[in-house]
Amino acid sequence: MKRVQFSSYFTQYFFIAPQLAIILIFLYLPIVQTFRDAFTIQDAFGFGRYFSGLDNFTFVLSDPNYITALKFTLIFIVVITFFSCSIGLLLAVQANNVIHGKSAYKTLLIWPYAIAPAVVGVTANYFFSERLGILYNFFNGLWGFDWYDNVYDAYIYVFIAASWKQISANFIFFLAGLQNIQKSIIEASIIDCKSSFRRFWTITFPLLMPTTFFLIIINITYSFFDTLGIIDTTTIGAPSGETKTLVYKAYIDGFKGLDLGSAGAQSIIMMLIVLVITVFQFRFIEGKIHYN
Amino acid sequence: MSRIFRITVSHSILICGVLLMIVPLWLVFASSTHSNNFIYNEGMQWKIGGEFFDNYDRVLNRKGGFTKEITASGIFYNSFIMAFGIASLSVFVSMMAAYSLVYFKTRFSTLFFWLIFVTLLVPLELRILPSYQIVSDLNLLNSYAGLILPLSASAIATFFFRQYYRSIPEELLEAAKLDGANSWKFFIDFLVPLSKTMIAAMFIFMFVYGYNQYLWPLIMTTSEKYWTVVMGLKMIYGGNSVDRYTYVILSLIPPVIIIVFLQRLFIQGLFQSK
Repeated sequence: MKRVQFSSYFTQYFFIAPQLAIILIFLYLPIVQTFRDAFTIQDAFGFGRYFSGLDNFTFVLSDPNYITALKFTLIFIVVITFFSCSIGLLLAVQANNVIHGKSAYKTLLIWPYAIAPAVVGVTANYFFSERLGILYNFFNGLWGFDWYDNVYDAYIYVFIAASWKQISANFIFFLAGLQNIQKSIIEASIIDCKSSFRRFWTITFPLLMPTTFFLIIINITYSFFDTLGIIDTTTIGAPSGETKTLVYKAYIDGFKGLDLGSAGAQSIIMMLIVLVITVFQFRFIEGKIHYN
Repeated sequence: MSRIFRITVSHSILICGVLLMIVPLWLVFASSTHSNNFIYNEGMQWKIGGEFFDNYDRVLNRKGGFTKEITASGIFYNSFIMAFGIASLSVFVSMMAAYSLVYFKTRFSTLFFWLIFVTLLVPLELRILPSYQIVSDLNLLNSYAGLILPLSASAIATFFFRQYYRSIPEELLEAAKLDGANSWKFFIDFLVPLSKTMIAAMFIFMFVYGYNQYLWPLIMTTSEKYWTVVMGLKMIYGGNSVDRYTYVILSLIPPVIIIVFLQRLFIQGLFQSK
């Protein structure tokens, strides 16, 4: 916070009021309703509503489909974060190395950032559709790939679609992180260490840790929430619900199944998961980072 | 020698990366220029066909939906309104909120800070059902306000403005105060002009965010008068027709143009606060 400040209550509230009004109506009110839905049961005709304690939660957590979705979501987060981060970092390091064509490479690698997840899903669909999909036929020739039937093949399909979309975002941030590293540090390290490979892992990569930390959060949020559009346009949960993420399952149960209690309980469980991940990161990972 | 080798490796990796990004969309584009039957029987094409004008003209002007009254041009208009509304409103509101958080210190500052940043944990996807109920109670289903308002309080944009204001030297405020500027004048005459790049960057960020929304317009627009581009993929073009390829290409032109041409502003803004 600033040392020199204003101290007018009226202006302070005036400036923050629009933001607060929007979040109270469109964020906090829905959250309150989510809690109400999660701890109550509505009768079949929608007339009565009574308190049900943790019934909705035990119902959700004892559902084997929910555990499947939970496992899939965790694998999904790890795989997407790993692949999109490593490819993004690899490309950023190379783009930072070259002198000729730097800005052309940059433009050509940045533009997919603008594509909507749902559009990426539809495009991936062309590559993985039975009969004519190029990648479907290629993988099918290699090991009998069939995502309509095989869970792991369906995993591969959504992993490829979702990671592809996220490479650009990682590239943008890693490149900016690399350009922020002081030239003098790199020059000094060139004198000390001949191997550029070792130099990268002992000098550059530790200096990039703040960027990496930030990007891990971004990638987790992306794989958790933004991929809904990808799932809904690719496998829709195929073969039989194994590729539903938690968010997608809550959406389907709530909107298609109209089970408000279950959807509310699922939302609260997800809030807790996101909270735990965030706290964990700030506690355990950020402490190990070297800021310049 | 080893230096030339290293540079060659760098270029090869970068070219592979560029191909990885471009080839999929090239195939979609090339396919969108063939006839429907050809694509249906042969699948995606590498070479450009001869139906470019026919296909794009048909998709842009054909009337779709249940009532056959909505055209792709109308859908693009809706998406533009939605994205523009979300971008301008959220930039405006976040700038003001960040100003209040950084330059005023009163009893409730910490509470306000947490109220805003906790919302990062609850994106729209997590509160989609109750949000739908509230928007419906407010009679905002099938309206631009309903499309825009629930998405226009951005904790991320507020965070970026907050970081940026905090990086502005204290001397600026001291000098402004000496010159007799009050809190309103300081915001309008000093902060707004100073944050031009940040405003542009956040506007681009939120515009792309708004344009790319899928789930929210999908559930809250029952009237096709308010359909948007990205949800149209699901609602209008279900099958594997060539029209869908054409529509995919059309749908990604606006945000891609914005990112490509304004990338310098976008990136400068994102990283000046760090």
